[in-house]
Amino acid sequence: MAEKKKTTIVLFSGDYDKAMAAYIIANGAAAYDHEVTIFHTFWGLNALRKDNHQPVKKGLLESMFGKMMPQGPEKMGLSKMNFFGLGKVMINKVMKKHNAMNLTTLVDMAKEQDVKFIACTMTMDLLGLQKDELLDEIEYGGVAAYIGDAEDGNVNLFI
Amino acid sequence: MEATKVLDAKGLACPMPIVRTKKAIAELQTGDILEIHTTDQGSKSDLTAWAKSGGHEILKDVEEDGVIKFWVKKGE
Repeated sequence: MAEKKKTTIVLFSGDYDKAMAAYIIANGAAAYDHEVTIFHTFWGLNALRKDNHQPVKKGLLESMFGKMMPQGPEKMGLSKMNFFGLGKVMINKVMKKHNAMNLTTLVDMAKEQDVKFIACTMTMDLLGLQKDELLDEIEYGGVAAYIGDAEDGNVNLFI
Repeated sequence: MEATKVLDAKGLACPMPIVRTKKAIAELQTGDILEIHTTDQGSKSDLTAWAKSGGHEILKDVEEDGVIKFWVKKGE
């Protein structure tokens, strides 16, 4: 069999809609039988956060960051028309009506399709996120881990 | 047309029809025919492109009452 094609996505954004787009593309690419990597950095790391509180030791700044950032995909806001969370409630309704998958389901499905999740360790330090706060069974790396997958990638996106 | 398997993807939104199709076709043998029913209006372009990339052949597609039906022959 011919070597598999590769799709690599950098998820930088912590906006719900942008993360949805990233995960829809990832799932689509996996259905194309691509090897898919999503490299989560900066605000995009919040897509990997567990939605319940994790007892980890943190300094004051890190704790503040942790509290201010969305704890898991469903806590993320929209990039436009968020209206302090009201926009998110509205879009959830519309999504249900059109049978669109929410972000949590898209993340689960990506995992099921063997999409590789990488969390950027440098930005984890900056935002004060620890491994225990992120999903289990993900990989940790830096720019080299990403480039390693991206250099022979066929589709390469920054979202 | 005699389908080996029928996939009901009605009511599902992008990217589900293609994800389900991929799973369904993986369980078939080369030359088998998968019949797919969808209501997602984008699925015609989606399935056509997907089939071409994967070496499968779309034998026929029809649209009736908002439901699009495809017959895809599995490639090598």
